[in-house]
Amino acid sequence: MRNYIIKRFFLFFPVIIGVLTLVFLIIHLIPGDPVELMLGENAQISDKEKLRTDLGLNKPIIDQYFTFMINAFKGDLGRSIHSQKPVFATILERFPATLELTLCAILAAVLISIPLGIIAAYRQYSIFDNGSMFLSLLGISIPNFWLGPLLIILFSVMLGWLPVAGRGGISHIILPSITLGTALSSILSRMTRSSMIDSLKEEYVTTARAKGLSENVVVIKHALSNAMIPIITIVGLQSGALLSGAIITETIFSWPGIGRLTIQAINTRDYPLLQGCILIISLSYVVVNLITDILYAYFDPRIKYE
Amino acid sequence: MNRIYDLQFTIYDLKSIIISKTRVFVGGSIIIFLLLTAIFAPLIAPYNPKEQNLYEGLNTPDHKHPLGQDRLGRDILSRVIYGSRISLLVGILVVGISSLIGVTIGSISGYIGGKADEIIMRFCDIVLAFPGILLAIAIMSVLGPSLNNVIIALCAMGWVSYTRLIRAQILSLREREFVVAVDSLGGSSSRIILRHLLPNVISPLIVEATFGMAGTIIAEAGLSFLGLGVQPPNPSWGSMLNEGRQFLLIAPHLTIFPGLAIMITVLGFNFLGDGIRDLMDVKR
Repeated sequence: MRNYIIKRFFLFFPVIIGVLTLVFLIIHLIPGDPVELMLGENAQISDKEKLRTDLGLNKPIIDQYFTFMINAFKGDLGRSIHSQKPVFATILERFPATLELTLCAILAAVLISIPLGIIAAYRQYSIFDNGSMFLSLLGISIPNFWLGPLLIILFSVMLGWLPVAGRGGISHIILPSITLGTALSSILSRMTRSSMIDSLKEEYVTTARAKGLSENVVVIKHALSNAMIPIITIVGLQSGALLSGAIITETIFSWPGIGRLTIQAINTRDYPLLQGCILIISLSYVVVNLITDILYAYFDPRIKYE
Repeated sequence: MNRIYDLQFTIYDLKSIIISKTRVFVGGSIIIFLLLTAIFAPLIAPYNPKEQNLYEGLNTPDHKHPLGQDRLGRDILSRVIYGSRISLLVGILVVGISSLIGVTIGSISGYIGGKADEIIMRFCDIVLAFPGILLAIAIMSVLGPSLNNVIIALCAMGWVSYTRLIRAQILSLREREFVVAVDSLGGSSSRIILRHLLPNVISPLIVEATFGMAGTIIAEAGLSFLGLGVQPPNPSWGSMLNEGRQFLLIAPHLTIFPGLAIMITVLGFNFLGDGIRDLMDVKR
């Protein structure tokens, strides 16, 4: 277990350096002059030169790379071209909104999918099973950039129950959480179903039934508790992926998180801010995956690093 | 007692096969319908998808325009029909190129092993550290929006899953007796890979590619929705949704129909992938 965690950590750092390198390269892949792209062709030469110096683009690329890496490890991601505020502080301001949305989406997904998956597995090949699995396939196939507007049309425009956009009370977060959580919910219900089907066939379930325990105890306490390990892993791995889905969801609902900030950075060609957003989203994803892997090894000691 | 259990499992197996075949049939029918729509778009579409009629902007569906008209009075049905061309073209090209890259690199990684394998796998880890379409968003923001760049960005993201799949398959096949036999008879590495290993990884590759089509179509539409993909006036389902977003409150038909087209297409590929996987008994 300890060896697994140590080896997992050894894999974590090269990935972090790789991500930083790739993000650094993005700004250098811009065809033409990045400064002209950011400020426009008609900008004054003095402004262009100032920005070039501020971004360090006049230095050799190797120097730029090492400066970027050292600064990134210190938490200095440069300054936004438009607001002139430090990029890291700007992203930190937006982080709670994205975290709130992601956690609510996970909660909504778990509350819907796990009961659905358990009943589907218990009544395998019944109408309920087929119906819920069709719904989950539908959930994976509905793009969130369509589901979001549909929910707005139904619940905000036609019924007038929920606000169209923005961040505020509980009523504001319901539609964005459903939009973001639907795909996760579909994946989870399928995973819960298959995991529970395997678990219900195990001998310890037969033993529990033979002891005369009630079906509820057999299913929840004996089968589900053993089926939970793969389910928790999927929740962990997919939670990180939600950060990418948040870019679209936040854009639809004008949710003031990192996702919307990323799109704003693209639209205003604020490349230092864009670099920072991409970096923070990827690093959060890598860290969540690391924590999931370690928890997985903790809950299932049979896991070994190959 | 055992007989009852056997019978029960046989019925379960039978039900499972029927469900899988139904999925393949439904998914396959949707995709064939879409392919035909894309190929014969000029014959099927009632109007030119780029033809504007500003006096009829945002008109709701009627007998002349069954799905209504957009902001510039263009016929939405014709744009949805032509949009299938872009979605399928991007899907086929991205999945084709990504799987070709994946098969080549994955075979080398899995068969040769050692340092090459280690370097390739660490590079895959780095690409996989960018969740969802984040890497494609980053690439598009630098390269600028166009159809070619969408294909480049999605290939840059897509090859990894095929590489990992092929590598894992080759690793498990490499030690099998038929491969060891060819090796001991003096078969070259390229012959072993091309003639003996790759034919055995076709089934999981087909399943992965089918799901890959669904993922690619959603990713292309997502990029276009964000304004980073195919640009107007070209009719892409994602960019139609992006245009529709501005008129969500007064003209919801601009949003409903292109989204429905994306969902049905993706559902078709997911149905087909699910069905083939269960029939071929492939574990993903």
